[in-house]
Amino acid sequence: MNKARLMQGNEACTEGALAAGVRFFAGYPITPSTELAELCAEKLPKLGGKFIQMEDEIASMGAVCGASLAGVKSMTSTSGPGFSLKQELIGYASMAEIPAVIVNVQRSGPSTGLPTAPAQGDVMQARWGSHGDRGVIALSPGSVREAFDVGVHAVNFAERFRTPVVILLDEVIGHMREKVVLPEQKDIEIVERKRTTLSPEEFQAYKPDADEVPPMMPFGEGYFHHVTGLMHNHMGQPALDGATTKEVLSRLHTKIERVQDEITLYTEHFLEDAEVVVISYGGSARAALSAVKAGRERGIKVGMLKLITIWPFPKDLVQKVTAQAKKVIVPEMNYGQLVGEVERYVGQEKVLSVTRYDGHLFHPDDILAPIIEAAGGTK
Amino acid sequence: MADIDKYLRKSALPHIWCPGCGNGIVLAAMLRAIDKLQLDQRKTVIVSGIGCSSRASGYLNFNTVHTAHGRALPFATGIKMANPELNVIVITGDGDSTAIGGNHFIHSARRNIDITTIIFNNNIYGMTGGQYSPLTPQNSKATTAPYGVGERPFDIGNLAIAAGATYVARGTAFHSTQLTDLIVNAIQNKGFSVVDAITQCPISYGRKNKMGPAAQMLKWQRDHAVTVKAVAKMTPEALSDKFIIGELHRSVAPEYAAEYDKLIERLRVKGGEA
Repeated sequence: MNKARLMQGNEACTEGALAAGVRFFAGYPITPSTELAELCAEKLPKLGGKFIQMEDEIASMGAVCGASLAGVKSMTSTSGPGFSLKQELIGYASMAEIPAVIVNVQRSGPSTGLPTAPAQGDVMQARWGSHGDRGVIALSPGSVREAFDVGVHAVNFAERFRTPVVILLDEVIGHMREKVVLPEQKDIEIVERKRTTLSPEEFQAYKPDADEVPPMMPFGEGYFHHVTGLMHNHMGQPALDGATTKEVLSRLHTKIERVQDEITLYTEHFLEDAEVVVISYGGSARAALSAVKAGRERGIKVGMLKLITIWPFPKDLVQKVTAQAKKVIVPEMNYGQLVGEVERYVGQEKVLSVTRYDGHLFHPDDILAPIIEAAGGTK
Repeated sequence: MADIDKYLRKSALPHIWCPGCGNGIVLAAMLRAIDKLQLDQRKTVIVSGIGCSSRASGYLNFNTVHTAHGRALPFATGIKMANPELNVIVITGDGDSTAIGGNHFIHSARRNIDITTIIFNNNIYGMTGGQYSPLTPQNSKATTAPYGVGERPFDIGNLAIAAGATYVARGTAFHSTQLTDLIVNAIQNKGFSVVDAITQCPISYGRKNKMGPAAQMLKWQRDHAVTVKAVAKMTPEALSDKFIIGELHRSVAPEYAAEYDKLIERLRVKGGEA
């Protein structure tokens, strides 16, 4: 068994991605994500992989797309302002179905905002930041150990679905140090991208299999094909007709959403008889869980759903765990972002948004107070 | 006559270029260069940006990438780093490479990564209908410069040299045989190579600037190009409306992808000893 180690969330996330096989990293320095780049610069060449610091955020996303097309599992990291700059090519990766992992260690915004203060301001940017419609996977760990696991899952999902996957860390999870015992390499499940069984002549780069994901062949093996950000047919050639457009846009969503259950990562706490349900994620979920436990000590029937998979939004799960609830509380370190999704599927009247956007972490009391109120007042 | 048919994806033709466009001449020069060098088609990747010339990648039977506007070089950098065995050729336009992609251009040159960049330089944004680019000559007209361009253009050759490119050349669609030879040299150079290929856009540039039909624009290229050798004997006045063609620069410097592989090897040997 591996020894216990004291490590940062950013470090654990990097270790997870490397364990899952990432061998290319392109990045640009930005607080509070820089540790990911620094660790990759040190570790990747020792593993036979490559690190490159590009001239800007856009370029690092471009290099990641290129390396992935050449057959190497690839990753970049950034924070809010850089995430904005990367959106164009994140959209390209969605359209051209290029596996890639983007780690966004969120900080307070808008603009330069508070570079070293925690926030969860990019929940909606992860979903809608790039223009147009597309299916999206975004994962948000709530502890250092989860940051490792999410690192592994993100790479696996990217390769399995041929899609960019966003990891939403926040400054709290990224910089916090915790004692963790990481799994041994042999116990980690790793997904490799699907290759074709056809000959180069028969191969059609964008013809999906039954799982709606097309097999992918790396450059350099004689499987000639075209990759474009234009709407394209099964050969990858530009095709701008309505039928093709509808087919491609639908599949970019359904190839992910059809297996929503398999990619929904979450933990449940005291939900069996809960009349008040707290739904939280990332750094906020830590204070929320303390508040839920404090509520239970006061005899309040309160429970919590901690989401790790944020996108695609696990609507069925959320509806299930809130079906019996009188009140649903959604604490998050922003002006209220994921709460909109909860309202959409649970109903506005039941849902209470609890926000903190002053650059500080939630205190459990910030969340305990609304729990007590939801339960009918002083207990 | 070189057999360049095998490099074309017939199913993707006809191309979208206007009658009289010089892009086809530049593309043919590139394919003849690839044929001359007998590059392994399976190990050759063509990467382009966005614009008229960048549509060329779709017509070619290789692994091809039509990236986003200005971003061909970052994609190409990732491809070359991930698999240094691959020959990586970038097709880009004047706006694509020197405006929106200008930062990537100078940094690729600085790294001296083994990528050959061919700039299809028609002095204009053609795809969007004739707006001025950083390579549109001063005082000439464009849809966004109805009274003439007030800005000075880049000298793309000097820019590439100053940024560290190890092979820089300029050719024209008119001098297409020479252009093939320049592209051969560029591909052979182990480092960042730039070929500024001057080509005509009769529709969006020529018409606006009363340069006549395509044949007349090609003659303009013939009459205004001077060779590197001839320049030495010419006065500044005689040179004022001319541009230089031929090999502008050649130097030797460590190539980035190969240097990184050496680092990996160094760390492996060190790790093995420990």
